Amino acid sequence: MEEMLFYDRLQFAFTITFHYIFPQLTMGLSLLIVFFKWKYLRNNIEKYNNAAKFLMKIFAINFTMGVVTGIPMEFQFGTNWAKFSELTGGIIGQTLAMEGMFSFFLESSFLALFIFGEKLMGQKLHFLTGFLVFLGSWASGWFILATNAWMQHPVGFEVLENGKFVLENFSALFTNPWLLPAFLHNQIASVVTSSFVVASIGAFFVLRNKQVEYGKLFLKTGVIFGLISSVLVAFPTGDWNAKNVAEYQPAAFAAMEGIFETEEAGAEIVLVGQPNMVEKKLDNKIAVPNVLSFLTHQDWDKQIPGMDQFKEEELPSNIPALYYSYHIMVGLGTIFIGVMALALFFLWRKKLYTLKPLLWTIMFLVPFPYIANLTGWYTAELGRQPYLVYGLLKTSDGISPTVSSGNTLFTLLGFVALYMLLGLLFLVLVGKTINQGPKPQTH
Amino acid sequence: MEVFWYIAIAIVLAVFFVLDGYDFGTGIIHLFFAKKEEDKEVIAKSAGLFWDSNEVWLVAAGGMLFMAFPTFYASVFSGFYLPLIIVLWLIIFRAIGLEFRGQFKFQMWKDIWDTSFGVSSLLLALFFGIALGNIVRGVNLGGVENGVSAYEGHYFFLPLWDSSFSPLSDTPGIIDWFTIIIGLISVVTLAIHGANWVILKTNSSINTKLKGVIFKLNIALAILTAFSLVVWQVVNPKSLDNFMDRPYLIVFPIIYLTGLIGLFFIKKLKKESHGFMFSTLLILGGITSSLASLFPVILPSINTTHQDLTIYNTAAENYGLSVAVNWAIIGFILIVIYFIIQKRLMAGKVDKMDYGH
Repeated sequence: MEEMLFYDRLQFAFTITFHYIFPQLTMGLSLLIVFFKWKYLRNNIEKYNNAAKFLMKIFAINFTMGVVTGIPMEFQFGTNWAKFSELTGGIIGQTLAMEGMFSFFLESSFLALFIFGEKLMGQKLHFLTGFLVFLGSWASGWFILATNAWMQHPVGFEVLENGKFVLENFSALFTNPWLLPAFLHNQIASVVTSSFVVASIGAFFVLRNKQVEYGKLFLKTGVIFGLISSVLVAFPTGDWNAKNVAEYQPAAFAAMEGIFETEEAGAEIVLVGQPNMVEKKLDNKIAVPNVLSFLTHQDWDKQIPGMDQFKEEELPSNIPALYYSYHIMVGLGTIFIGVMALALFFLWRKKLYTLKPLLWTIMFLVPFPYIANLTGWYTAELGRQPYLVYGLLKTSDGISPTVSSGNTLFTLLGFVALYMLLGLLFLVLVGKTINQGPKPQTH
Repeated sequence: MEVFWYIAIAIVLAVFFVLDGYDFGTGIIHLFFAKKEEDKEVIAKSAGLFWDSNEVWLVAAGGMLFMAFPTFYASVFSGFYLPLIIVLWLIIFRAIGLEFRGQFKFQMWKDIWDTSFGVSSLLLALFFGIALGNIVRGVNLGGVENGVSAYEGHYFFLPLWDSSFSPLSDTPGIIDWFTIIIGLISVVTLAIHGANWVILKTNSSINTKLKGVIFKLNIALAILTAFSLVVWQVVNPKSLDNFMDRPYLIVFPIIYLTGLIGLFFIKKLKKESHGFMFSTLLILGGITSSLASLFPVILPSINTTHQDLTIYNTAAENYGLSVAVNWAIIGFILIVIYFIIQKRLMAGKVDKMDYGH
């Protein structure tokens, strides 16, 4: 049983991590594509249209990857988490089925038209198809977050005697207080990723001195979008989420902030330190007193319950991993604001395009928003453990009763091998597309 | 309510098999009959332009099944764990084959991805048929051995095969001689369907030859169908009961027969779309007949300890099913609109269409 749970979780964690590399780019990138297309419609400069179409190529590769790695996610609810599906399908099945109906069809139908239909439809309709792709991909995020919000903070349901969760109030799924902050935080985080990717491509073009015109355009757009989104992802959306966790999952909040002991008055905010689970303390801690209380409650002296206030079984099952995920996300987010603010300053002083150290930094910064996005999700998911449905259904009670750990290991190994190949192909293709650049090729 | 959702999901699944069916079939045709590079390219393109919007129907069917019949979803997805995951891998291989073949100009690269596209299409067609065979045959619900259940009555787990390879064993596997027959029917049907699609959507040089291929495949299909009907009775003796009780259900097998007979006239048909229409009828008739013969059962039990899974004992509660009808109707209308827009704008042969990347 222990082993089955372990491999089921490992396979889900591996496949969802790999999957979420792609949608986090496409959601944000669709916004930038719509932006460039809109600029082109307004002032009819060919450069903007080429930029939009170039980014669409990158979008299309990521979209394909997102589709083929996304189908396994939907299937795994049934294959590896059958008991969870059986008990909660009447509720989360709603939001997942709506995702299929309202976003996948929209996205896939109009993506094909956006890619192939420019000459056929004229510019205004072409812009519209781009906008519908954007709408579809954000709707997808909305329904996934609605599903996750229900697992984090279940609402609008009743539990029957046989353990089944039954839907009582459909609209509660969408007015869930967890949903809107999580959705905005997640979507803006995906704009962070795509802005950084665009800025990084721009830096690459400028540094290698080819298609510099596009390089500058991408740098400028990426930096502006990057700074705005980096700020918004922290404040107010990140702040809202943290407050939600403090209110609805106080044990997870204590663990992710690394508060082992409750303080008399205000709680400190931890900047550095490694959780020592034996002695229940942080090693070589650096912390600023009272700041956490202020950030959470706007009151320097408000008490925040530490992990000592909770029973062992109420605490998240892997406290160090949760603590690190959260701190990596927050740390990276802070660095993003710094780098992008600096870049914007030099852009304003008209020095950015010649400032090589900063351009190199922007170019190589590209993996980090991905890491920040993923660790953000790890924070949400590890914080919910040991539950699937917070406080109500244990993760260990959700696995498929008939699928042995040997069979899951077999499929996990298959996924690892296949995704290695996919990842390799993906990098080759994206590299090739970026190398060609947006300049129209003359055949 | 259960019946509404059963029909809605059946429609979505049927549309999936008609649409993705032609691109599976295109893969099979590509594997065996496309020899020249121009043909290979245009045939791959006739599937490559459409596969992702076709596969959305599978995702939609999965989501609806999850919502409306969660117990069935949980039972079947975990019970058919191995073939389902293998199907996922094949879907991935097929997609990368289609998307990546055109990315580099050298022939070896294209050959690799062509093979990946063709072989995974063939295996997918086979697996989907085998899946239908398993549903018709039923499974050992509850994992009963010597009268003792290993799991709750609605759970099971099937290995890929049982040493006897017989559907009549007490513990049949995924693959046995009956499910293989249904798998072959599926391969042949989708190959015909794919050939019709290639004829309809491309100007490939093998179009005329393909009509002959369809004719031959259709003979094979007729023989396989007749044979399967006999063994079907052995595997599932109750399969005719529904048709006896409700004679109007006979319309579904008639749809199948119309397709089968129509395809014998493939060389005389005036319009290319007629061939495609007949193979569509084959698929629709085949799926609906199988479902009608089982209704309201969706997974028969082969032991006497546990009862069959039906739409009634696996459905979600009524409130959820009723609210979902509201959004599903809006959703269906939108989907039909997208579908019409897309088909109108991408009508005609694909040879000249500019492949964006």
